Amino acid sequence: MFAYISRRIGAAIIVLFGSTFILFNLEAISGDPLQDLRTSTSPTAKTQLHDLIRTLHLNVPAPARYFIWLKGVLKVFTGHIDLGTDRQSTPIPTVLGTAIPTTIRLVLAATILAIVLGIAIGIISALRQYSRFDYFMIFVSFFLYSLPIFWVAVLLKQFLAISFNNFLVNGHIGLWFIVIMSLISGIFWAGVFSGTRKRVFTIFSVVALVNALVLWTLSVTKWFTHPRLGIEGIFLFGIAIAFAVTLVSTGLENRNALKASLTMALVGTILYFPAEHILHTKGSLFLILVFAVVTFAVATLNGRLWSKIDQGPIVRSSNLTAFFIAILILFDEMMHNWVHYINTDAVNGRPISTIGQSNTQLPPGHFWYNVIDTATHLFLPTIALTLISFAGYVRYSRGTMLEVLNQDYIRTARAKGLTERTVVMRHAFRNTMIPLTTIIALDFAGIIGGATITETVFGWTGMGKLFVNAIYSFDENLLMATFLITSILVLLATLLSDLLYGALDPRIKVGGN
Amino acid sequence: MALFRRSKKNTEDLVNAEGGLENREIEGLTQGQIVRARFFRHRGAMISIVVLVGIILLVFSSVGGNIFGINYSGWWKWTITDMPDVTQCRAGIVGCPTLSVIPKFLGGAGMHLGQHPFGQDDIGHDYFALVMRGTQRSIIIMFVLGIVAGLVGTVVGAVAGYFKGITDNLLMRLVEFIIIIPVVIVGAVIGYHFGSLGVMVLALMLGLFSWPGLARLVRGEFLSLREREFVDAARVAGASNSRIIFKHILPNAVGVIIVAVTLLMSQAILLESALSFLGFGVVAPDVSLGLLISQYQDSFTTRPWLFWWPGLFIIVICLTVNFIGDGLRDAFDPRQRRRIGRKEREESRQAIASHSVGESK
Repeated sequence: MFAYISRRIGAAIIVLFGSTFILFNLEAISGDPLQDLRTSTSPTAKTQLHDLIRTLHLNVPAPARYFIWLKGVLKVFTGHIDLGTDRQSTPIPTVLGTAIPTTIRLVLAATILAIVLGIAIGIISALRQYSRFDYFMIFVSFFLYSLPIFWVAVLLKQFLAISFNNFLVNGHIGLWFIVIMSLISGIFWAGVFSGTRKRVFTIFSVVALVNALVLWTLSVTKWFTHPRLGIEGIFLFGIAIAFAVTLVSTGLENRNALKASLTMALVGTILYFPAEHILHTKGSLFLILVFAVVTFAVATLNGRLWSKIDQGPIVRSSNLTAFFIAILILFDEMMHNWVHYINTDAVNGRPISTIGQSNTQLPPGHFWYNVIDTATHLFLPTIALTLISFAGYVRYSRGTMLEVLNQDYIRTARAKGLTERTVVMRHAFRNTMIPLTTIIALDFAGIIGGATITETVFGWTGMGKLFVNAIYSFDENLLMATFLITSILVLLATLLSDLLYGALDPRIKVGGN
Repeated sequence: MALFRRSKKNTEDLVNAEGGLENREIEGLTQGQIVRARFFRHRGAMISIVVLVGIILLVFSSVGGNIFGINYSGWWKWTITDMPDVTQCRAGIVGCPTLSVIPKFLGGAGMHLGQHPFGQDDIGHDYFALVMRGTQRSIIIMFVLGIVAGLVGTVVGAVAGYFKGITDNLLMRLVEFIIIIPVVIVGAVIGYHFGSLGVMVLALMLGLFSWPGLARLVRGEFLSLREREFVDAARVAGASNSRIIFKHILPNAVGVIIVAVTLLMSQAILLESALSFLGFGVVAPDVSLGLLISQYQDSFTTRPWLFWWPGLFIIVICLTVNFIGDGLRDAFDPRQRRRIGRKEREESRQAIASHSVGESK
């Protein structure tokens, strides 16, 4: 294993060397970095020109200049990496230091959302192969797959942001909107559960009716102008989450798991006021971390107490339930601050922003304001990115799941008389996840350098935007540094995904010939 | 529970897999005929082909252009350089589209194209002509990129997979060199320099950097196919390496290649428009759909048609190509089973029943 990994890393270094060399020279022939200074009439242009030539070694031909750059990079082994400076003489690590967190913040939520939703929809679609739901999802995923992201982004800015902000002024939901949303959700859930005609119709009408009622209540009580879940909301959602988690995780037949999850819902409700109080007075990232650890500990203990024989699944259900309820409580705390946030002068009642990564005029030092501010700025780019990458996951997980469902071991599992839930979740789903894991690993790496267009359209200064700027201004050092980071991440992710593949699927022997 | 309940159709398909309904249907047909029949049965793909061919004919005949050095002019009354007077349609807004599709008896203005069906841009250019020219660019890039990447990827993958060993190792390192550079980055760097050289050069360069994924796919296919008996048979019969690669193995891998190239082509459209949007792909004075969108994204509130039309064409072309790819995948996949209608199943059951009754007598 060690030999294999070191061989792979050796190969990766050669690849890095080659591709940086190619890119460096491509960049060098793509234009004259001193164009603007040469034609400039400013009196200082001449000295600036000479300074730049000296600091960026522009008098050395490109292939040789590459080795000057490489020498700086190789200093990483002495602990002082030298990536040079950009054209404004800012050291590259400083520039990257602000750009990388920005990009991660931008793509993290979108990627996770796309993965979770995409895999869930893809798998349900595969289970209902050739149903109307399946055909519809194929069409939707193709459609999303064909959308140019910059086009979607402009549409989102124009329609979603502006109309949502207008809507928030009085929180009134139009009748047509209620009708259409109820119909859509009814059709969707009827498609997910499918079955006989009568059953489908029942599910459709119940879901549509409940949906319409909820939306109507939210509209009448003007919930959106001062949103809150409250203790009753936490309680109701908690019970629902407990049932849903148990259903997927162990099946409702496992009474102990259900009881453990329901207990967690109850504990969440009881702890609602204390948790809210502590979070409200001094919210901080550290506090949330503590909160998470406590939740985890309580949930694990609770799971153990409820289980008699088989601990694993019960602890798992308990933890999952606790996780979702904790998220709800945090969300509720965010809502508490929402009203104050949108009424600050900096926001002025129009929270969803179409451009930029944060509101600089906010009163500083308020934790929850910052959280909400980040969320409102992430809203549009996250939707755009999710829509685009969601399609790929749906298609891929559907295809893999269909392949797995045709395997002999699935037939064996069914023949043994296992419940369909066990067959799907334990035998089929887990095996579907093996190839998906490798895709996810690569996607995460690729997306760090790949959100170029989204960042440009929404005015975020992350890695993608840096990259585009570097090309516009012929900033050699900046371009090479962004590329270096991106490519190292991709290579690492490739290695990781190969190792993961071997670890997850014992049939595949990593490193063997 | 219901969420995990196996759908009835799944079960029936399993039964069909064992049963001979589908098998009987393909008896006595060649592989090509089966694939063709399956493809023609894919409704989405067939509609897509009709739409795509329609768009290609419309786009290339309407405004004319320059293909392989031959200039020709189209039937549309304006060219992309004509600058008729800008018409004022509403207060402060100029160049509204004159296209109308709602007939008079439904309360519309009747079905007609008018002077400028897609409207006019700021200085009076006919927007229909601009969109047509932009779509021409997209389609040219799509096909050139598909051909270049398809050829290079297939050859590299085939050679690597067939010869294995050191050749494979070297070629796969080359693939890694190129795969690691995100194609947007490559496009940006070369587009910035070569974009002004015209759309063909841009497409060619993009094609030269888009093949690694395909090469890996083809290599995998060759690695498994080269171990098959028919390859041994060919080798024993004295066939040369190139003959085995091109005559024996390649036809068996052609399904995978065609599907992958189709998907590559649909991505090429998006890639081109994204690059042009960023200002790296097709650059002014040439026209491209991405460029049009980026020029008019700010006029969305006042003149939304400048934004809708280019986007619509990108989506429709991309969608049709994707559906054709899906149809091809279904057609080439030997495990693909057709969904068999209830009526057919009933008929076959009766046929089998009467047949067995006859036998037992």
